[in-house]
Amino acid sequence: MAAPDPQSELKSTPLSDLHEELGARMVPFAGYSMPVQYPTGIMAEHVHTRTHAGLFDVSHMGQAFLVGPDHETTARALEALTPSDFAELGFGRQRYTVLLNNEGGIVDDLMVTRSVSAADDGRLYLVVNASRKDVDYALLRQNLPENVRLETVEDRALIAVQGPDAVAAVAAHAPKAADLSFMGASSMEFDGIDCHISRSGYTGEDGVEMSVPAGAAEPVVRALLADDRVKPVGLGARDSLRLEAGLCLYGHDLDETTSPVEGAITFAMQKRRREEGGFPGADRIQRELAEGPGRVRVGMKLEGRAPAREGAEIHSADGLAIGTVTSGGFAPTLGAPIAMGYVAAGHGAPGTKINLIVRGRALPAEITAMPFVPHRYFRKPKA
Amino acid sequence: MSTYFSKDHEWISVDGDIATVGITNYAQEQLGDVVYVELPDTGKTVAQGDEAAVVESVKAASEVYAPIDGEIVETNGDLADEPAKVNEDPEGAAWFVKMKVGNAAQLSELMDEAAYKAFVETL
Repeated sequence: MAAPDPQSELKSTPLSDLHEELGARMVPFAGYSMPVQYPTGIMAEHVHTRTHAGLFDVSHMGQAFLVGPDHETTARALEALTPSDFAELGFGRQRYTVLLNNEGGIVDDLMVTRSVSAADDGRLYLVVNASRKDVDYALLRQNLPENVRLETVEDRALIAVQGPDAVAAVAAHAPKAADLSFMGASSMEFDGIDCHISRSGYTGEDGVEMSVPAGAAEPVVRALLADDRVKPVGLGARDSLRLEAGLCLYGHDLDETTSPVEGAITFAMQKRRREEGGFPGADRIQRELAEGPGRVRVGMKLEGRAPAREGAEIHSADGLAIGTVTSGGFAPTLGAPIAMGYVAAGHGAPGTKINLIVRGRALPAEITAMPFVPHRYFRKPKA
Repeated sequence: MSTYFSKDHEWISVDGDIATVGITNYAQEQLGDVVYVELPDTGKTVAQGDEAAVVESVKAASEVYAPIDGEIVETNGDLADEPAKVNEDPEGAAWFVKMKVGNAAQLSELMDEAAYKAFVETL
């Protein structure tokens, strides 16, 4: 039997032809051929997103619906696998959560949105990581009650537009987008095309994510790219943007061994769930909430210019190995290297001096609060 | 003065017994925005194929290998403050190291400019 050709088995997205036309450099990512950068390069794409608007093809991510008879039933079904409160989630509201294994480890991190109106209530829209689709869907199917089913979405693209000009650029074609609040979603027409748009993203900037019928993805993206404020951005800058924003990348900063408490994402755990438990691994997670975790995710700033990458050891000032870098690179906005990783309990206070071991050398660094670059999510002014 | 090229996308320009080494334009295009260059200590002796330097782009770290045996006699200090020079002038001002040639016979294993151009076309 001939060895499989990995290139030929890569999946494409509805925007693959356009990426090629735009001169993207394509790389394999989570089983897909995806643009890592366009001709201007990662640095320029990163800066453009922070100053204007970047457009990202994130169609490789998994879109799915949980469908039950009513909101309460569907919400409880998902609550059985996550530590978040979905029962109280309002119409068209979105929430970040994690799927948990029985040890309280994170199977995936994902976004969950309640249907926009009472007419189609009982549906939760999920967006999961491309690399975890199969695992997530299997976990959900095994655990959902009989009256709640998983419907995966295979015929829609997902497009993120992020940056200070993103919403204005989208609203030129879909005026209702300007009315969305942060972590709010609605169905609306974009130049007559039915889209589901949420005011969210993964760069720390204001912006939207748009679920678009596959066949309409290219016209939607071409319409947006015709606006000078919007430039295409690849996975390279997506990674540096989310790192500056202090956001986790599954498989790097989170995995099946890390709990939400260790991962410092307890904002995904609302009060009722923290108190009541009733999610997989609740014993461990509630104990960590009460007593503190054995290790915790922290941000780190290096003093010099050399970056520390994933896998670099973290040493205390007195030379003790206290943890490992899980994401690291250069922060274009800061003009300096940054990293995130896990350190043992007692070593995570901001300001703590540490060393990161890179190619046998100890690079001086400091634990720092995250995000590295302040979030600029849209907050509606209080009336 | 003759210039040679390696399959690892380094150029090496030889003047007497001193060779100046850098990375090619093709290499910098592949790397993207360079944010840091780690250079060896002067006085260090390297064998052909040894790691002589490390180039860090936004995305990843890449090794630069010694194209021939030799002793590092000088490194380009400008790259510490201006690593982006590697993207702007890789085959000129952004040279990495100067080496004292240890084994001139190894130069004949390298490519000339025409052969390197043809090699890059095949990639």
